[in-house]
Amino acid sequence: MNIVKSLLAAGLLALVPALAGSYPAMAQEAAAPAAAVESMAAPADIAAANAAAPAAEKVAAPERMKPTEGIGMPSPGEYTIQKQFSPTGREALWMHDALLLPIITVISLFVLGLMLYIVVRFRRAANPVPSKTAHNTFIEIVWTVVPVLILVVIAVPSISLIAEQYKPAPKDALTVKVTGYQWYWGYEYPDQGIPEYVSNILPPEKALENGEPNQLAVDNRLVLPVGRPIRLIITAADVIHSFAVPSLWFKMDAVPGRLNERSIFIEKPGVYYGQCSELCGVKHGFMPIAIEARPVAEWEQWVRSQGGDPTAKAGAEPAKTADTAAPVAPAKI
Amino acid sequence: MTTIAADAHGHAHDHHDADHKPGFFARWFMSTNHKDIGTLYLIFAIIAGVIGGAISGLMRIELAQPGIQYLQGWASIAEGGTASLDQAYHLWNVLITAHGLIMVFFMVMPAIIGGFGNWFVPIMIGAPDMAFPRMNNISFWLLIPAFLLLLGSTFVPGGAGNGAGTGWTVYAPLSTSGSPGPAVDMAILSLHIAGASSILGAINFITTIFNMRAPGMTLHKMPLFVWSVLVTAFLLLLALPVLAAAITMLLTDRNFGTVFYDGLKGGDPELYQHLFWFFGHPEVYIMILPGFGIISQIVSTFSRKPVFGYLGMAYAMVAIGVVGFVVWAHHMYTTGMSVNVKMYFTAATMVIAVPTGVKIFSWIATMWGGSLSFKTPMVWALGFIFMFTVGGVTGVVLANGGIDDVMHDTYYVVAHFHYVLSLGAVFSLFAGFYYWFPKMSGRMYSELLGQLHFWIFFIGVNVLFFPMHFLGLSGMPRRYPDYPEAFAYWNQIASHGYTIMAVGVGIWFVNIAYSMMFGAKAEGNPWGEGATTLEWTLSSPPPYHQFETLPVIEDNAHH
Repeated sequence: MNIVKSLLAAGLLALVPALAGSYPAMAQEAAAPAAAVESMAAPADIAAANAAAPAAEKVAAPERMKPTEGIGMPSPGEYTIQKQFSPTGREALWMHDALLLPIITVISLFVLGLMLYIVVRFRRAANPVPSKTAHNTFIEIVWTVVPVLILVVIAVPSISLIAEQYKPAPKDALTVKVTGYQWYWGYEYPDQGIPEYVSNILPPEKALENGEPNQLAVDNRLVLPVGRPIRLIITAADVIHSFAVPSLWFKMDAVPGRLNERSIFIEKPGVYYGQCSELCGVKHGFMPIAIEARPVAEWEQWVRSQGGDPTAKAGAEPAKTADTAAPVAPAKI
Repeated sequence: MTTIAADAHGHAHDHHDADHKPGFFARWFMSTNHKDIGTLYLIFAIIAGVIGGAISGLMRIELAQPGIQYLQGWASIAEGGTASLDQAYHLWNVLITAHGLIMVFFMVMPAIIGGFGNWFVPIMIGAPDMAFPRMNNISFWLLIPAFLLLLGSTFVPGGAGNGAGTGWTVYAPLSTSGSPGPAVDMAILSLHIAGASSILGAINFITTIFNMRAPGMTLHKMPLFVWSVLVTAFLLLLALPVLAAAITMLLTDRNFGTVFYDGLKGGDPELYQHLFWFFGHPEVYIMILPGFGIISQIVSTFSRKPVFGYLGMAYAMVAIGVVGFVVWAHHMYTTGMSVNVKMYFTAATMVIAVPTGVKIFSWIATMWGGSLSFKTPMVWALGFIFMFTVGGVTGVVLANGGIDDVMHDTYYVVAHFHYVLSLGAVFSLFAGFYYWFPKMSGRMYSELLGQLHFWIFFIGVNVLFFPMHFLGLSGMPRRYPDYPEAFAYWNQIASHGYTIMAVGVGIWFVNIAYSMMFGAKAEGNPWGEGATTLEWTLSSPPPYHQFETLPVIEDNAHH
């Protein structure tokens, strides 16, 4: 029962930043209580805390990143997988483009070729008397064993790809909690002390104004550092959603009552779009995902602009601002 | 092959008894005759297929361009008054749900198992009828209330609007806490009843095939279509009770306060997915295995050659059936399962490609050295073999758990399963329809219209479904009523493909109407020496009761 209550509370509170709107507003909200409580926690450091608080308030969020055509989003008339920006994504893309696609194309063309040959060579006019051959042990063994060998060739890199994808993030990885709601996403940086903020789809005219693709653009993006391992902890508050970003080869269901963990590593700055990928009700098609990947320095600036502490070490006690800046109960599940 | 060739003609004195048919009502509404019940199944499947196909037409119209063009208008008609955007989106979810459920449970299964299975399994094994004729009757008639419940669910509240908008997979908790109103309950009951119908049918087929084969018709002499229905019946018998259990728990979660699938109260939504796909994966073989059987009969007939590697073909189906039960979680790669489980399901899933490959190559070997004629059933069978290969190899791609991470729930998956179902199972249905139409109706179909139907349908479905691979690769998720402009190009082409396909289906109906009225009278065996199974020894249509004297199968070792 308590769980349900706190979940409800969390859900309601999660809406607060959405109402507040843009980044600077959030920064103020987060920073104000941070300063207040920090001074309570460490009376000796009042001066320092006071000095820090206005500094935190002054940090402006870096300018909203403009997406690049063809990067992190589908291109018109595209017939390939999107360009990849993570190591496992590139490995998987190689496996698809250099191994699987050629194999399945050759097999399909081989079958087609055999059929075309048969259709011409053994048509009734060309071959009026059918043979009565109905068995040939050798050929039957061949067409059993050869597919097995092909599958082994596929299975070896396939299994190692899965192992690679499932490597847990290192201890010092950045942890971000992603929560799926009907019908928006919530992002929280527990170690940095950035409370959950929500990410809603932008209306078409606003997306156009921003120079972003319609249906993919969101108001508050998930801001992540480039070149640093990241641990995403994914869950949902109501029904199952799925957090998916094609250009990072990432898809993980957000299941209520479960914490799904998956590591992610982004190689280049950019805006990477995705869309909810598990039917979640009426606006399933209207809860996109946008990751804004920034160089570490800019990401740290962004974290400060939100009143967070970018230097907080994962696994260590959460930065003091974390407790204070997050009036939202940290544990929702 | 048989000693009773032309038996039906030779024993003309039997005809009076054999052809004594009951009156119209008793014949069609109280029928216990396997051929009449088969006909009823086929008519039912055609009606359901038209409805399910029309629904996909609505979806393709809406998806032809980005933005919401028609959905709100349709929702306004459906709901009465002006529909909100939410109601429009809900209608979308109702459409995808209804299309999936109708095509799976009320079109493919009734047609391929209920229709062709009922018509030809007893005849092919030399039996006078099914083992349990009255149970056969109830199997069919349970489908009517099941279908009416599903259609009726679209008129009662199911969340933001009327109807069940859960997808055909009915995942919890969207189907429990996420869908208030009676619509989902009605859809679940519909599945219960359709499942009961299928279980009864499965029991009937297994009993018939094991107990009612004519003297000399050993298991290893049964036509491959009978083998395929036997394997399918076992899959039905083992898989459907699991579905029944899964959706019963959905019902109690919805209505009686249980929490089987509620993760916040000690249950687990993943439990539903495991149970559903434990049924759902064998279900895809339930839909395609009888198609394999039909294609084997047709390829052999029109090549004038026995099926190559008969035993390999039969046991490949058994292998597909067995392995099909241990690969279900490849539908769940992104649910957060552990890495070892994912590796196991990747490896196990790929194994299925081996027996499937045996079947493809055996069909090709059957034709090799044959004397091929390209009558309509044969061109459908050739289309099946190639299109099923294309659908099969994309299945090998999807089998890789690491690759699936980018393709799961995208149009690549939609393309894959429509290639194996809409170009696989449906091609085998059309192939079987043309193959057996003369036998069932006693009249020949129009060869010209049949060929035209094939080519237009073939082009249509390829234009419709091939671009979906591209959409999926570039990341378009399934079950979306709207999409970014980048996806517009292939979506529009796909919608054109639907139009072409619909024209093809129209030609089919013209062909049926024309053939029923003006078609030439069909001989007992219109296909010549290649057609060796028992149905071709009977008149066309067969007598109302066939094989009152059981045929005796000669022991000629080769098929």
